[in-house]
Amino acid sequence: MSDTSGGRQGGRDGGLGWGLRTAVALTVLLLITPTVVVIPMSFSGADTFQFPPESWSLRWYRSFFGSEKWMYALLTSVQIGLLVAACATVLGVAVALGLNRSRFRGLGAVRTLMTAPMIMPGIVVAVAVYGVFIRWQLNGTAVGFVIAHTVLALPFVVTAVSTSLAGYDRTMDVAAATLGATAWTTFVRITVPLVAPGVLSGFAFAFVTSLDEVVVALFLQTPDIQTLPVQMYNSITLEIDPTIAAASSLMVTATTLVLLVPQFVRRERRTR
Amino acid sequence: MNPTVNDSSRGIRIKGVSKVYSGTARPAVDAVSLDIAHGEFMTFLGPSGSGKTTMLSMLAGFVSVSAGSIEIDGRDVSRLKPHKRDLGVVFQQYALFPHLSVARNVAFPLQQRRMRKADIAAKVAETLELVHLGPYADRLPGHLSGGQQQRVALARAVVYQPRALLMDEPLGALDKRLRDRLQREIARMHRELGMTFIFVTHDQHEALTLSDRIAVFNEGRIEQVGAPAELYERPETLFVAQFLGESNGFRGTVDKAAGVLRCGAHALRAPRLDPRLDRAEGVAVVRPERLSLHGDAADVASGRNRLGATVTEVVYVGDRHQVGLRFADGTTGTATHPVGSPLPAMPGECVTVSWDPEHQSIVTGGAGAPVPPVAAEIPADA
Ligand SMILES: Nc1ncnc2c1ncn2[C@@H]1O[C@H](COP(=O)(O)OP(=O)(O)OP(=O)(O)O)[C@@H](O)[C@H]1O
Ligand SMILES: [Mg+2]
Repeated sequence: MSDTSGGRQGGRDGGLGWGLRTAVALTVLLLITPTVVVIPMSFSGADTFQFPPESWSLRWYRSFFGSEKWMYALLTSVQIGLLVAACATVLGVAVALGLNRSRFRGLGAVRTLMTAPMIMPGIVVAVAVYGVFIRWQLNGTAVGFVIAHTVLALPFVVTAVSTSLAGYDRTMDVAAATLGATAWTTFVRITVPLVAPGVLSGFAFAFVTSLDEVVVALFLQTPDIQTLPVQMYNSITLEIDPTIAAASSLMVTATTLVLLVPQFVRRERRTR
Repeated sequence: MNPTVNDSSRGIRIKGVSKVYSGTARPAVDAVSLDIAHGEFMTFLGPSGSGKTTMLSMLAGFVSVSAGSIEIDGRDVSRLKPHKRDLGVVFQQYALFPHLSVARNVAFPLQQRRMRKADIAAKVAETLELVHLGPYADRLPGHLSGGQQQRVALARAVVYQPRALLMDEPLGALDKRLRDRLQREIARMHRELGMTFIFVTHDQHEALTLSDRIAVFNEGRIEQVGAPAELYERPETLFVAQFLGESNGFRGTVDKAAGVLRCGAHALRAPRLDPRLDRAEGVAVVRPERLSLHGDAADVASGRNRLGATVTEVVYVGDRHQVGLRFADGTTGTATHPVGSPLPAMPGECVTVSWDPEHQSIVTGGAGAPVPPVAAEIPADA
């Protein structure tokens, strides 16, 4: 089949053409370069940023974990992140269920609207949130951070849960009913286990979204409440301190791990 | 093959049930009444869109009843939720729970009934034996073939001894060979369990081989209910005659006094005519295997109906010849002729066709329904 339809495919051999291959390689390079630079830098022994490092040490990690400022920012970020993940997951599951099970005119529009925070420029959202929160006196409060980040994280949860609901066969609900299960039992024993992986990845995405978010956090920050990215930003504008490299490396690692968890859970189930 | 009818309070009683889906004008099921005896194998047979699934869904409780009532073992269940009806249902697409093993799928209905753990395990093992899936108890459904999955679904639907087992085209998703095997297995399960089975299909062979009785659905109504042989030998409507197997039809006007059906110049003998049919437009229906062909009209025994025809084609189908015919008035038909005896006529030649009036049925084409050309065959897999 690759012989006859070669024109429509990337290359004569049916694989990717060299042009496309180069593009993919460049993109991957572009995506991983920051990580490739920042991680070695965090293990440098020098007093300033150095790449590639001439000597190796763990001093910047010691500095990170020894600093009250950094630790406080980390704790703040994790706490807000978990709260955001919890709120966004509850709301996101409700929205996804609603969208999945209702048929009305304008359903498509509502779906698109749900993704608005994803495509809206961060600065626009930040200014809007800032303006509203001043009136509501939510700036610099944990509640303010959680609300703002939940809004930003919601589309990710809705998307992840919607995807797993789309693959859910409703005749299973009907089957469970004929077998004597109430709607509640069906939900707990059939729907939840089957949709859980999607919910879990929604939760992970929401957590990471909050953990990474910097623009809104900069607007909402006060000296009392600063998330990790804000602390990083502040530290680099004030002093040249390679501790930030250690913080960055830790964040990359944490983010990657959190996003991988749902994948592993899914694989585990499939091979059970 | 003989349903237990001694206890009349048991069984399913459908009384004048109709269903009009919201937003539609024509009822999907139109005033259907039917009694299904306890332990009977009842098949709903009919073309696509005739209301079989709708009727079954109303029995199961997935779809509300617009009018009429449904009683199961003497209890009106028309307003009951599906999980309160105590029926087993098998779906065309299996609907197994993909995250539960075969054994846990089968255990599910027993757990809903709060049975003791040890009893559940014993009952599940016994039922998996019944469908020959013992060794697969710990597999996930996704790792089984379609036929095996449908057997799990069967086991899951009978394990709690429901009042009846409802199946909506359960073999529709399987290939021909698997279908035949599962048909035999369903028949065996029916014998061994003694449970009421209600089976939906649009495959006439499936219906004929499995059922104690068949209800033929057409446009939301039941055209006829009866044992397979009864429907085949004594169809009451042209629709039934044509939907079940092949048939020849001769159109005419009933003359009750003379005991004949007048088809133009010919008069076909028609004993025991229903008085209500007098002067009505009727069709004499005869199965191809009941027609005899004669080269010489003098050979035809007295008392038999006869018509002249031209042979249009002869097809050898292994165990018999299939002979295409065109009658004087232009209608076409089919006869079968045994391979052992010489053919009385070749294509293009004239022949006399005869049959015993006892083997013909006089039917009406239904009120105002345009009666299609006769001898049409509905393919089994349409
Ligand atoms: N949910 C529904 N809403 C509106 N009309 C429906 C609905 N379900 C079925 N119908 C209509 O009711 C009629 C009977 O449908 P039904 O599904 O009962 O037929 P069926 O005999 O099961 O056909 P098939 O052999 O194709 O499964 C059809 O005309 C169909 O279009
Ligand atoms: Mg159907």
